[in-house]
Amino acid sequence: MKIHEYQGKAILASYGVPVPKGKAAYTAGEAVEIGKELGFPVVVKAQIHAGGRGKGGGVKLAKSAEECESLAKAMLGMTLKTHQTGPEGRVVKRLLIEQGMDLSGAKEMYLAIVVDRATGKPVVMASSQGGMDIEEVAAKDPKAILKEVVDPTVGFQAFQARKLAFGLGLPSTVLGQAVTFMQSLYKVFESIDASLLEINPLLLTSAGQLLALDAKVNFDDNALYRHPEMKELRDFDEEDPLEVEASKFSLNYIKLEGGNVGCMVNGAGLAMATMDIIKLAGGSPANFLDVGGGANAEQIRNAFRILMSDTEVKAVLINIFGGILRCDVLAEGVIAAVRQLNVKIPVVIRMKGNNEEKGKQMLRDSGLNFTTADDMKEAAKKVVAAAEGGAK
Amino acid sequence: MSVLVGKDTRLLVQGMGKHGTFHAMGCRDYGTKVVGGVTPGKGGTKVEGFPLFNSVDEAVRKTGANVSVVFVPPPGAADAVMEAADAGIPLVVCITEGVPTLDMVKAAAYLKDRPTRLIGPNCPGIISPGEKCKVGIMPGHIHLGGSVGVVSRSGTLTYEAVAQLTALGIGQSTCIGIGGDPIIGTNHTDAIELLNKDRGTKAIVMIGEIGGSAEEEAAAYIKKNVKKPVVGFIAGQTAPPGRRMGHAGAIIAGGKGTAEEKMKVMKSAGIHVVKSPADLGAAVAKALGKK
Repeated sequence: MKIHEYQGKAILASYGVPVPKGKAAYTAGEAVEIGKELGFPVVVKAQIHAGGRGKGGGVKLAKSAEECESLAKAMLGMTLKTHQTGPEGRVVKRLLIEQGMDLSGAKEMYLAIVVDRATGKPVVMASSQGGMDIEEVAAKDPKAILKEVVDPTVGFQAFQARKLAFGLGLPSTVLGQAVTFMQSLYKVFESIDASLLEINPLLLTSAGQLLALDAKVNFDDNALYRHPEMKELRDFDEEDPLEVEASKFSLNYIKLEGGNVGCMVNGAGLAMATMDIIKLAGGSPANFLDVGGGANAEQIRNAFRILMSDTEVKAVLINIFGGILRCDVLAEGVIAAVRQLNVKIPVVIRMKGNNEEKGKQMLRDSGLNFTTADDMKEAAKKVVAAAEGGAK
Repeated sequence: MSVLVGKDTRLLVQGMGKHGTFHAMGCRDYGTKVVGGVTPGKGGTKVEGFPLFNSVDEAVRKTGANVSVVFVPPPGAADAVMEAADAGIPLVVCITEGVPTLDMVKAAAYLKDRPTRLIGPNCPGIISPGEKCKVGIMPGHIHLGGSVGVVSRSGTLTYEAVAQLTALGIGQSTCIGIGGDPIIGTNHTDAIELLNKDRGTKAIVMIGEIGGSAEEEAAAYIKKNVKKPVVGFIAGQTAPPGRRMGHAGAIIAGGKGTAEEKMKVMKSAGIHVVKSPADLGAAVAKALGKK
């Protein structure tokens, strides 16, 4: 789960990590009020779940109440496009109004904590090249990124923080502050089950204060059950409504741009492989949809409903490897869903499991627009042909 | 001939709830020697003929269990894995999906200095069809005893590959589902190392997916150490970057972990990489024919 910058900063602040003063605003009026409270200049920052906001025009300085109002008015409701939003962009609905920091003579750095897959341990990363796209830094000059692997049995130690601080070239006058900053940040990471904490830039002001000027906080979805208070921070406006709808029924759905073959598969690996084989057959998959290991009638019906709300979908491929699942039960579910939802487009079904023949016969006898296939290759070929036929 | 599980396996099931009991019966029906289950508080009772114990330690002492399979729900899964390790069980297979990452980080650190091997979590388990031993949730009947080892991060996609092999009359030595999470106990390289050493395994199928660099690391190992033919496939060639494709570990992040890159590295390591998941079986047949 992703959250907004202002929410992330509030969490950091509650653990003693220094952040600039600021508050969220939903209207231009609120923005001005907060601005007056903080004193101008303030920074008006668009709150969307994507990076690159500055370049896209979503971060601007307001020197007066009037300027703050006009910037807030312009930003609220605008569609912000960045390299992370895709071409469709995101509509800005919330702003963060923050005290303006004096960046002259300030040092901008990068600090992040993630779980490293290769070592299976958390790693604290730092770079003196802050404010930049860290992936670019990593590609050009991997040595510019300092890493400290954390031993999970003892946690992130002070000596590791000192190593990073010296590596960043921080003056010894702020050493104590840097150690506290980094250890507090690690405490946040552990306490909230974050999957990513990123401070970019980490600021050292000319007055010698360390501050998290930006904050990206992502949560490990598997651990959200033990942080019910964090679940409230989820912003459904930032997510695809179909994906949100799917998640209510334990369906894992991801829409792909420009595809016209809908697919419904059990298991994530097979779902990805099904998308791949549609592409290889000359078609274009419209989505990823994993109905889970079991796939019961109720889920099939909901899955169909979600697939059908994508009007680009011209044909559907169902690929279920049941194993112990009974294909006649599956066929019954599919027939009922297609009848109930009045699905008109062609549906190609490939299923494996017990009573396979009986299931296929039921589909053929239903009088509905079903095509059956014995294997993935045949199924992909048939569904791509059907989608093309439908597009004419 | 097999690795990890076989005719000497004495299986203990941790988490004998509805789900655990159902699959314990499935394993027993397939031919696995299931010696009992652990459900704290239910010790001394029986379910479906399986004796239940309060702790893994007690179960090991009374049954001589040497493999455990974990069905405990996510909040207690890492604890169950560590309990099995503490009781000295050499192989723990964790089926549970949705274990918090930081729990796995701690469990992995706990296992590091102990001789226990972990498979999973979020995996279908392990099966050695020639020795009628199934430790997991996969449909047993699609398997056939033979000499091809299968390693995979996913469940149903593995069944797909296995079914293709069986349809061509190509049997399997052991199929290992290593799991789709970012932190897993046994990775591709570890599993391939085991299959490479197994004299009963003549060829290896490696099924990977987008995300991380485990497939690239395995490819480097294969290039250096494996003479047996290896057939590979990577799922997620059409997956968009930055989106988690069902599995917690399946995500292209920062332009890394793409299928294209993985396939390229695998090809250069001499692996027979197929672009289509429908060609896995045929590619193994071809690779075996050549040798």
